[in-house]
Amino acid sequence: MNKESLRKAYGESLVKLGKEDKRVVALEADLGKSTMSIMFGNEFPERYFQMGIAEQDMVSTAAGLALTGKRPFLSTFAVFATGRPYDQIMSSVAIPNLPVVICGSSAGLSDFGDGKTHQSIDDIALMRVLPNMTVLSPVDAVETRKMMDEAIKCNGPVYIRINRNDLPVLTDPDAEYHIGKMDRLRDGKDAVIFATGVMVSKSLEAAENLEKQGISCRVVNVSTIKPLDAEALKANIQGMKAVVTAEEHNKYCGLGSAIAEALSEERIPIGMVAVDDKFGTSAKNYDELLDAYGLTFTAIEAKIRHIFGA
Amino acid sequence: MGNNGKIPYLKKMGAKIRANIIEMIPPGKVGHLGGSSSIADVLSVLYFDHMKGIDPANLKNPDRDRLVFSKGHAVLAQYAALVELGFFPREELAKVKTLGSVLQGHPDIDKTPGIEAVTGSLGQGLSICNGMAMALRLDNSPARVYCVCGDGELAEGQIWEAMMTSVNYSLDNLCVIVDYNKVQATGPTGDVFPINDIAGRFRIFGWNVIEIDGHDYASIINALDKAESVKGVPTAIIASTIKGKGFPFAEGNAAFHNAALNEEQYEECKRIVNKMLEEDCNE
Repeated sequence: MNKESLRKAYGESLVKLGKEDKRVVALEADLGKSTMSIMFGNEFPERYFQMGIAEQDMVSTAAGLALTGKRPFLSTFAVFATGRPYDQIMSSVAIPNLPVVICGSSAGLSDFGDGKTHQSIDDIALMRVLPNMTVLSPVDAVETRKMMDEAIKCNGPVYIRINRNDLPVLTDPDAEYHIGKMDRLRDGKDAVIFATGVMVSKSLEAAENLEKQGISCRVVNVSTIKPLDAEALKANIQGMKAVVTAEEHNKYCGLGSAIAEALSEERIPIGMVAVDDKFGTSAKNYDELLDAYGLTFTAIEAKIRHIFGA
Repeated sequence: MGNNGKIPYLKKMGAKIRANIIEMIPPGKVGHLGGSSSIADVLSVLYFDHMKGIDPANLKNPDRDRLVFSKGHAVLAQYAALVELGFFPREELAKVKTLGSVLQGHPDIDKTPGIEAVTGSLGQGLSICNGMAMALRLDNSPARVYCVCGDGELAEGQIWEAMMTSVNYSLDNLCVIVDYNKVQATGPTGDVFPINDIAGRFRIFGWNVIEIDGHDYASIINALDKAESVKGVPTAIIASTIKGKGFPFAEGNAAFHNAALNEEQYEECKRIVNKMLEEDCNE
């Protein structure tokens, strides 16, 4: 399957937005080569602010830029973009509801070599609990580009979670995209898998295998985690016997929790495939790490078979 | 009008700021009297003389000067000045910190016209001001950005990150005023968490530094004039002040960092501000 870099899509989108809109500015904290925001810096040096390794200052500075008519995009690794400057995101950005786009790059376990201090298992949780915040988790490079085009139209803060590694292209470049909508990638009639990010391709793989075993699964890409499209969620579970969620994030307070909250009044079992409440670790490659953390198509299959008693 | 000519007017406005602060904290209502009155004279010069484009009828004027109260808890002083400029009706003062009020316990851009940033969680205002100063420069705006910080607030690490940014980006359209009142919530700053030689610390970070008596109007005016003329680096004005200035029982007294007055103290404060207003009118 064709794989593409989400980081490169992010950098290219920044440049495109910078060309289209003079209000766009970018801030970075000494990881611009990795997040690829450097592409914007090369094109628009006067609108690119190197903030040094000082994420708290970076976030509040972005707030000041937004208060003065700019459209700031700030990028660093997801751990340093969320937990490290959390109070600054809350007080300087989210409370005044400012149009600041925060890119959490190398999110989840995707920075496989660097280990637990560099892997974000709580970024969705931290951002989701903030009022006014939109939380996005693109499935591929194509969706990343569309998200960036939409994110700049948001009048409040946006968090975008970007995977470090090239991911399979699953979405159609010509398909319409809107923040807040979920996207059905495969239809089925017995169970529905709601997945985000890297776990979407694994869900499709699981669905294919389950089909052969006589369980027909629908797979839905949930790339907007907040606001969650409750209407589409309910439409997608109609006639289904089980829901399974799949995410590269702690099992607490991520996509699975968001879906369980939204479906709390429905009579349907919900299984969750997620990180089992532990920090990350170093690994020699991404797949090895995902395997070690049970973030696999087999884990999704097993979860569904378990619910079905098969 | 020369500097000396405008001082009586600015002193009168300083007295009005103090009178309005007292009006907002009737007996039994908790408020930050100490840190609001220490900065009252600096605020008078900023709002009633120095800042340009401050107009309630044109809130979004892109070229207005900005003032951010990084020490957001002293916002009563800012409300006290904004009401005199007509940003909201005087009746609002009585409703401060009540449900649905335009005047929140800390600065809120959604609620209060004239407030430029959300502050309250300390240490963030200078970074916000850096962002404003960067944006204004990109837009070739002549507007200036003023940031009021507390001395106790300087313990926040983010302030020092921001101090480096201001210098690295040569933000000479930015001026920080440190309300050096030497008292914080728990007690004298020298006992609680000493930060000695504030001026020296700013200097070594590359700032232009001016040290003044923050209650002396001629010094405040001169310092702000100088700050505007210095190019290439930001300016920090270290304004030595007295916490609770003007109200003897509260002066230098940490108990009035955030407290309610009793009937007797309130009446005394009212007598004091009335006298201030009369004196200044007679000058």
